[in-house]
Amino acid sequence: MTTTETRPPSAAQPEAKRNSPLSAVLRARELPVALALVILVTVTAIANPLFLSPQGVKDLLLNATIIVILAVGQAIVIITRNVDLSVGSILGLVAFMTGSLFANVEGIPIPVVFLAGLALGAVLGAINGLLVTLAKVPALVITLGTLYIYRGVNNAWAGGTQYFAGDRPDAFGALSVDTFLGFPVITLLALVVVVVVGVFLAGARSGRDLYAIGSDPEAARVFGLPVGRRVFLAFVTNGLLAGLAGVLYASRFNSVGATTGSGMELDVVAAAVVGGVAIFGGSGSVFGAAIGAILLTTITSALTALRVDKFWQQAIVGVLILAAIIIDRIASVRTARKLRISEARDV
Amino acid sequence: MAEQSVPGSDEPNEPLLRLQHGAKTFGPVVALADGTVELRAGEIHALVGENGAGKSTLVKILAGLYHPDAGDFQVAGRPVAFRSVADSKAAGISVIYQEPTLFPDLTVAENIFIGRQPRGALGLISRKAMRSAARELFDQLGVPIDPDRIAEGLSIADQQIIEIAKALSLDARVLIMDEPTAALSGVEVERLFAVARSLRDRGAGILFISHRFDEVFALTDRITVMRDGRYIATHDTASVRVEQIVREMVGRDIDQLFPKEEAVIGNAMLRVKGLARAGVFSGIDLEVRTGEIVALAGLVGAGRTEVARAVFGIDPYDEGTVELAGRRLKPGDPQAAIDAGAGFVPEDRRKQGLVMDLSVARNLTLTLRNSLARFGLIDARREQRTAAEWSKRLQVKTGSQEYAVSTLSGGNQQKVVLAKWLATEPKLLIVDEPTRGIDVGTKSDVHRLLSDLAGRGIAILMISSELPEVLGMADRVLVMHEGRITAELSREDATPESVMHAATASMEGAK
Repeated sequence: MTTTETRPPSAAQPEAKRNSPLSAVLRARELPVALALVILVTVTAIANPLFLSPQGVKDLLLNATIIVILAVGQAIVIITRNVDLSVGSILGLVAFMTGSLFANVEGIPIPVVFLAGLALGAVLGAINGLLVTLAKVPALVITLGTLYIYRGVNNAWAGGTQYFAGDRPDAFGALSVDTFLGFPVITLLALVVVVVVGVFLAGARSGRDLYAIGSDPEAARVFGLPVGRRVFLAFVTNGLLAGLAGVLYASRFNSVGATTGSGMELDVVAAAVVGGVAIFGGSGSVFGAAIGAILLTTITSALTALRVDKFWQQAIVGVLILAAIIIDRIASVRTARKLRISEARDV
Repeated sequence: MAEQSVPGSDEPNEPLLRLQHGAKTFGPVVALADGTVELRAGEIHALVGENGAGKSTLVKILAGLYHPDAGDFQVAGRPVAFRSVADSKAAGISVIYQEPTLFPDLTVAENIFIGRQPRGALGLISRKAMRSAARELFDQLGVPIDPDRIAEGLSIADQQIIEIAKALSLDARVLIMDEPTAALSGVEVERLFAVARSLRDRGAGILFISHRFDEVFALTDRITVMRDGRYIATHDTASVRVEQIVREMVGRDIDQLFPKEEAVIGNAMLRVKGLARAGVFSGIDLEVRTGEIVALAGLVGAGRTEVARAVFGIDPYDEGTVELAGRRLKPGDPQAAIDAGAGFVPEDRRKQGLVMDLSVARNLTLTLRNSLARFGLIDARREQRTAAEWSKRLQVKTGSQEYAVSTLSGGNQQKVVLAKWLATEPKLLIVDEPTRGIDVGTKSDVHRLLSDLAGRGIAILMISSELPEVLGMADRVLVMHEGRITAELSREDATPESVMHAATASMEGAK
């Protein structure tokens, strides 16, 4: 360490390089998925120009909206090294409640329905959060349980009943049809969600706590971070967003019933992972998760536009998930190697 | 003896922190029977004791991680009952643990400021302010660590520095350091001490836990000794001798700390030629003969562990050859090395040497799965027998062979790691910091064991940052610096001066 005097100039150089905006972009975890989306859209648009027509773009965005909101919520939970498999069931329950409220309560104001949906989602999320933080059982198991419980409640409540768009006020359905500056209203809502949550996670202390907890839960506990409270709130927020997605689902789709949202949880987890949210927590962002969600829904449309057999679509999603994980792995091995070499030079 | 009162209790001004007769039990295990310590403002206070003496439990009580079952705990004269780490922090207590606990995915700066990052507009974190605050701390500590790099992959020494920076930034009144120097060497230790002294001069109280007596005597003002979960005595450092402290710690006299005996040195067992790995080490030639202990000395970061890992096949290498008993080892294949008769006792036993959640017995027999198996299944009775035998030979202190290894003290964990490899009857044993964080009594057990193994013809390559250990144990000393071997010293030529010179000299020469 007698080299302290000679070090600053040599240390400053790589640092400056590392901090330049360009290299920050190149190192971003969201980069691979964003590139994949751009390439997919470009290739499809070249093959089928209708793909990027105003109506085509609008359809793409509408299709992605609900899954984007769910992926944002899921990302919050995954970052804390947990997972929530019950989001499909929460969405289903809230969507059915939305249909039921409009059908059975004459003239209920739309904002009240939104609030009720958010509240139900938050309560269901809070149940998950309580069980995970108190029982100290992995979230995978807990939320697998609540997935079935919430779905069971939905089944018991709905029975064979379905509510259709005709039961709902026109203004509610219009949310998914009307555009503002060319964007569908519910898509703008999703965009607001992404930005607000994204800024919170990146810039608020409690947001950063979530990353710390996911990075090393034991260290977080030793350090005195309020691990239980943060994880609980992550689940509540995720439930709340799933509730929002449930209300929007009822706006966008014609019918809601006992099976609404079944199986959606896996698409949501896939979207987050493809978007660079590490499944073991600690890294990734909701922006990545959102892009991942858009990529997954766009693939479906793109493959249709390219006339690829529907049966291949799921396989392609699977390949994307594996690719995301492999890219992540290669990147971290390379970073480790680079750090090793730069450190050896420093010593 | 436990009833002896704490000296200085007649002082008029209140101590920063005082715990009296603190007790903590876990089921049937008494972790702390009588934890008593008093820390004054402006003093560095050593807490010494063998492993299992209850130091760590006491620290965890002070840190708010454990709630004592009994005892009187005061901070600045006021009784406290911490319910969480946050309470302890709010009372101005900062703890630096032996094994640093950083968040690998976060940046260095964020690791320092997590939970209290400087905020700018809209209450959002100002990364710029955080970065410059971190840089300021590192300047104060005299270490250039890039605040923007992620913590993953940092050396233990750097992680320790970050922990210290964290405590510094908290402006803690009480700083507890649980063996902070265990992973540091030479210059880093000096730097840490300078920081500790300046904190003391600013009126902080520092509780310093260490097994290195030279450090305890060089740094501290008072020493509190613990044994078997009990308070034994507190002394003014200036008026007490090492022998007395050791006697109080172990309850017996330890005459010889480093008992390497003469062994018949035979042919080369391990032969490494021209080993190199880009950016890590290069041109490594070394030989270890049967019955010989070769020490790999040098500063932390010199590449010693990396060489050992490459030799054992954990890490790949770019050039060179490794021969064991005349046969070339396949690079990057630890199983080949084990099959050829090599054993590796890693530095970080918590992460690399043991499967913490498995039982003591399972850990002991992990390397023997094949020989214990019958028809492909492990014979449970033989497993138990083998484990019990090794446990006894190394005097592993555990309630039962079935307890998880994580419940053992550090010294006993290390014995399990050693036993695990010894049970394979290796021809070559690579030991990385074999006594790091281990108390005096266990330390000499480990040394006696290594000496005994050499006597039985095993070749031993020992990495150690403790000079007395290197000088006492090694037949030959290889000194590394910046990824190269800079000196080879015989037992006669190896002195503290010659080793330190080789570990640092080329550093000056290169600049």
